[in-house]
Amino acid sequence: MAQTSQMTVSDEVAIEITNMNKWYGTFHVLRDIDLTVQRGERIVICGPSGSGKSTLIRCINALEEHQKGKIVVDGTVLSSDLKNIDKIRSEVGMCFQHFNLFPHLTILENCTLAPIWVRKTPKKEAEETAMHFLEKVKIPEQADKYPGQLSGGQQQRVAIARSLCMRPRIMLFDEPTSALDPEMIKEVLDTMIELAEEGMTMLCVTHEMGFARQVANRVIFMDAGQIVEQNEPEEFFNNPKSERTQLFLSQILGH
Amino acid sequence: MSDTHAQSVAFVRETEIPQSPPPALEAGAVKWVRENLFSGVFNTVLTLLALYVVVRFAIFVFPWFYNGVWEASSRKECIDILREAGKGTGACFAVLVDRWDHLVFGFKYPPEGYWRILLAFLLLLVAAAPALFSSLPRKLLMFTAFYPFLAFWLIWGGSLWLPLTILGLIIATMLVFRLISSQIPVNNRQIVSGVIGVICGAGLAYLLFIGAQELVFIANSVGTEGVISQVAYGVFWIMAIFTFVFCVPMGIFVGYAIYNSYEDGGLVSIVASLLFGYLAFVYLLSPIWMALNSIIPIELQAVASRDMGGFMLNMLLGTICVSLSIPLGILLALGRQSPMPLIKGVCVVFIEFIRGVPLITLLFVANVMLAYFLPPSSNFDLILRVIIMITLFSAAYIAEVIRGGLAALPKGQYEAADSLGLDYGQATRLIILPQALKISIPGIVNIAVGLFKDTTLISIISMFDLVGMIRGPIQNSTEWTSVYWEVYGFGALLFFVVCYSISQYSQWLERQLNTSHH
Repeated sequence: MAQTSQMTVSDEVAIEITNMNKWYGTFHVLRDIDLTVQRGERIVICGPSGSGKSTLIRCINALEEHQKGKIVVDGTVLSSDLKNIDKIRSEVGMCFQHFNLFPHLTILENCTLAPIWVRKTPKKEAEETAMHFLEKVKIPEQADKYPGQLSGGQQQRVAIARSLCMRPRIMLFDEPTSALDPEMIKEVLDTMIELAEEGMTMLCVTHEMGFARQVANRVIFMDAGQIVEQNEPEEFFNNPKSERTQLFLSQILGH
Repeated sequence: MSDTHAQSVAFVRETEIPQSPPPALEAGAVKWVRENLFSGVFNTVLTLLALYVVVRFAIFVFPWFYNGVWEASSRKECIDILREAGKGTGACFAVLVDRWDHLVFGFKYPPEGYWRILLAFLLLLVAAAPALFSSLPRKLLMFTAFYPFLAFWLIWGGSLWLPLTILGLIIATMLVFRLISSQIPVNNRQIVSGVIGVICGAGLAYLLFIGAQELVFIANSVGTEGVISQVAYGVFWIMAIFTFVFCVPMGIFVGYAIYNSYEDGGLVSIVASLLFGYLAFVYLLSPIWMALNSIIPIELQAVASRDMGGFMLNMLLGTICVSLSIPLGILLALGRQSPMPLIKGVCVVFIEFIRGVPLITLLFVANVMLAYFLPPSSNFDLILRVIIMITLFSAAYIAEVIRGGLAALPKGQYEAADSLGLDYGQATRLIILPQALKISIPGIVNIAVGLFKDTTLISIISMFDLVGMIRGPIQNSTEWTSVYWEVYGFGALLFFVVCYSISQYSQWLERQLNTSHH
């Protein structure tokens, strides 16, 4: 794709995961994950449900604890030390499948809360930043409404703006369009594409293969807690190597 | 599909169908009456039956009210007045007029001090307003914070300097906290926390050492006569040896934990300010307020707790206990959810124990039993003991209601707060509690109303609240010996007014906090 080549990837390492393992009780959900993400890289993670793709990206900002292996985010080693965890979380933005906006706060308050309390930004400055990002996701006029008054697509765009207000260096997306009506998927994807074009480091768990083709510079296929295959999107979609990937792709692209 | 035709399946709507009003019978009062009162034969019969009962009741009660005697000095006089006027039935409201002061203020509160109670009540409304209505300016909360000290002085009397000194020491403790947590430069923090760690560790070790000696003393006083005593003797000795062995390691452990948290400053500043506060209250409180009072005496006639009574006592207990038990309940609910086993265990045991015991038992404990456990020299105010018991009781229930609210929050809210980098305190205060408390409002109000009515239970431990006044001094007097309906009806009315107001406020608050619809 023409657009993809314009986006630059630096040599700097943003995330480095080595030999990471995770268990839920006795169930081995992530097995020997090795993954290095360069700054500016846009990675799409796909795979059947229960393959551990959400768990993988939730380990990166310590929403889930990993039991073995090493995760380094922006040079900070993720350990059980709360200070490191808070530092990483304030550098890594995350969007959820169900948006998880704070229903008791207005859109503007949703966006200014973390900058004010975590970054100690003055209220006025935080509000200006919030309005800037709300304009960027094209809903500045909703700033004084509550999340319950917005459509799903609008809510997800607010969630993206809320993360961006913390000026993260890495964005994680956990199936951001799976809970949306078909009509609203495009508006969220457009926002994400815009973000990618600005050079944000992104890890997206998604089934939007069009998005993957257009934006990603690497697609990772996971199954049963392991990385089965990773490749550039063209190669991944046109010429999948593993049998499991071929089966998966034929099922989601088959009709 | 009625618009489609067999010959032309394609269809495009060109004009919008305008909205039209519903049929007349389907709207307004007519619809309401039809749907709610006369929707069928059975409901029509019920409606007529209910109407009959209401009318009969009104016919019976109305003359009783209407003929009521308001001026008389005894029940006998009431009856005489009614008989002379030739009226068969009538209430004797004269008891309310005659004993008004006793019903409201109790029979021992000095009458020249009634204005103090009324003033405290009016100021309560002013102080409560900014806490209840968020549209009022936030600065008024300063008065709300000051109000308890003012009200204490107005109601109990004594020197104004006592509550003011307490307030001053609390502020000083908070300033110490601020100072340590922010002002001390980072490179000194290690030394400061070291010193505080050593002091606290040594203090704890010393306290444990004394406790161990106490256990030996108890063991020896139990003696070894009989099997039970022998067992108790052994148990106490084991506990004593255990404490002896562990007092120094525990001291070192706690001291080191405090020292070790120097980077954060949080634990150090909390412990240091608590230490300061404790010492200040023990050694500075009485000298300061007495000195201030001897320079500029501002005093009201002191009233003992025993002399409080009437509806005022119910209001006093209700207000204090509700405002204390909500924060305590929140802490217990959060503690019960804590991943730390010690905190969780303490909260679970406390809540389950309190919920398993009737309030009246706790009140008896407050009244009688505590005196056995406390050192003979300690003079623990009776009202304070009752306040503690009622507060603990309702806090346990409120904790369970709030726990329900916490459980009802989607996990995503915690995750979203975490992913933005908010720490536990911020996430709890800004995200979790506002939503959990909103869900819990009906439950909390339910308990607050119940608590307020339960304050009448103190009449059983011979305190003269409204019910105590009626049961005791009023009905035992020769003049009003068999007056029931009037006095209890009046008491019910007072409680109803307060409880109904609370309930209306909570419904208003729920509407205010509802952000889900357009």
